[in-house]
Amino acid sequence: MLDLIAPFFERLNETTGLNFSPFYDSYDWGRLVEGMTVSVKLIAAIIALSLVIGVVGAGAQTSRLKLVRGLVAAYIEVFRNTPPIVQLLFFYFGLGAITPQVDMGGWYEPMIGSFGWAVIAIGIFGGSYNVEIFRSGVEAVPDSTKEAAESLGFSGFQIFVYVTLPLAFRICLPALTNNIISLAKTSSLAYVIAVPEITYSLSGIWSDSVNVPEMMVLLFAYYIVLVAIIARVMTMIERRLALPGYGQ
Amino acid sequence: MTEGWTVSRLTWRAPVLAACLCLAASLAAVAQDEAAARPSALDSLVTWMPFILKGFGLNLLMSVLAMAFATVTGVILGFMQISPLALIRVPAKLVTHLFRNSPWLVILFAIMLLVPFQITLPGGERILIPDWVKATFGFALPVMANISEILRGAVMSIPTGQWESADSLAMTRGQTLRHIILPQCIRRMMPPWMNWYALLTLMTPMAAILGVDEALGNTQAAMEAAGSRPEFLIPFYLFLMTIFFVFIYPISLYTRRLEKRFAAAS
Repeated sequence: MLDLIAPFFERLNETTGLNFSPFYDSYDWGRLVEGMTVSVKLIAAIIALSLVIGVVGAGAQTSRLKLVRGLVAAYIEVFRNTPPIVQLLFFYFGLGAITPQVDMGGWYEPMIGSFGWAVIAIGIFGGSYNVEIFRSGVEAVPDSTKEAAESLGFSGFQIFVYVTLPLAFRICLPALTNNIISLAKTSSLAYVIAVPEITYSLSGIWSDSVNVPEMMVLLFAYYIVLVAIIARVMTMIERRLALPGYGQ
Repeated sequence: MTEGWTVSRLTWRAPVLAACLCLAASLAAVAQDEAAARPSALDSLVTWMPFILKGFGLNLLMSVLAMAFATVTGVILGFMQISPLALIRVPAKLVTHLFRNSPWLVILFAIMLLVPFQITLPGGERILIPDWVKATFGFALPVMANISEILRGAVMSIPTGQWESADSLAMTRGQTLRHIILPQCIRRMMPPWMNWYALLTLMTPMAAILGVDEALGNTQAAMEAAGSRPEFLIPFYLFLMTIFFVFIYPISLYTRRLEKRFAAAS
């Protein structure tokens, strides 16, 4: 792959001064590829965690216990109304300092690395939005549907899992798409705790090769393509799941 | 982030939550403080509090300036997006999508690294641009794109019948926009506009990465100056989260109330 495009970009650098070093330098190419892989993995993990939190949180909000509902509400308010970057630093430095170390046979490593903390912190941040999104979906499911399920002998938990959740998921998909896209963008915050995702690895390249504008173009292009792909996938899911009688 | 969350109840939670955060900060500080010879983490926090709050002042200044700039440019961009001329509409759409779909951090980097630190006026005078001004500009761009989109959405949400009746009264496009469409749009745009202000303020600590002395940067500097002991981390960061929470929470509560009132009215 690199052999194919390298001569072109090398000539581009010599003739015009546009230095896209990852496209002809094998070391920078490696950094770019690693950055993209880590970034995609990070985004996938963050989205997965935030979805789990969203479902669990929305379920907990239907609880009869006032304490549980209060806790979920407090969680939402705290994480939505404080800066995500400070949350990330708080998790990584504050809580990271007191998590146990693991014996790796001679040296010690923290149990959760920077990647892990980035997933936890940004996942929890995104989850606080997902809880509200799922809750609005759950509330939009008609009571009569739930009553019908009840009359068929479903238990409360079964109703939530088999009836409410599948319907709620479809109702809140557009809002969910918004939040997933914004989470994918927020993943670049992991730069702050030196997770080698795309922003971090490209910043490494531009401080080595002093080609900020070119790398910026690359970075913008990466995110725009990524957002377009996510949006496309979500529209496909939306269409696949569409129920007759709902929406258009 | 997501526009139009309609959310729930209870106002007393704000002070209680803030108090809890503060309490947790002090507890964390006290719990870890056994070596009594050195000043405790809490004492250090109290000593450095004015310094951190001064930094927070810069956060507020940046957020207000960025919001003002983003509102003006965003509204202009939004009008360009609904222009009947493709020559104006298409570039406006491109700009909006570029800044809406890129992360804050990337836009901030682009502005900080690509805008020169000084500009030469035509007269030969040189003006230095301070870092925080560049950061403000960087924060304004994504908000601008989103305000442009909010305006477009609001105009689209006005029923076509309104345009047609204005047409039948022989109003020009400009008159229709000014007297019929916009007054209705402003009401619809208010809640998302405030949401974006809150979000913008929450993003301003990112400027610390690029060396602006705002609240986060000052907190880190304070921890270092006080001896960078690991037990500082939790109380200092919790305190930082608390000041942002105390400022943002009333705004988001008020936004929700507005949203509810408008939802009921329309």
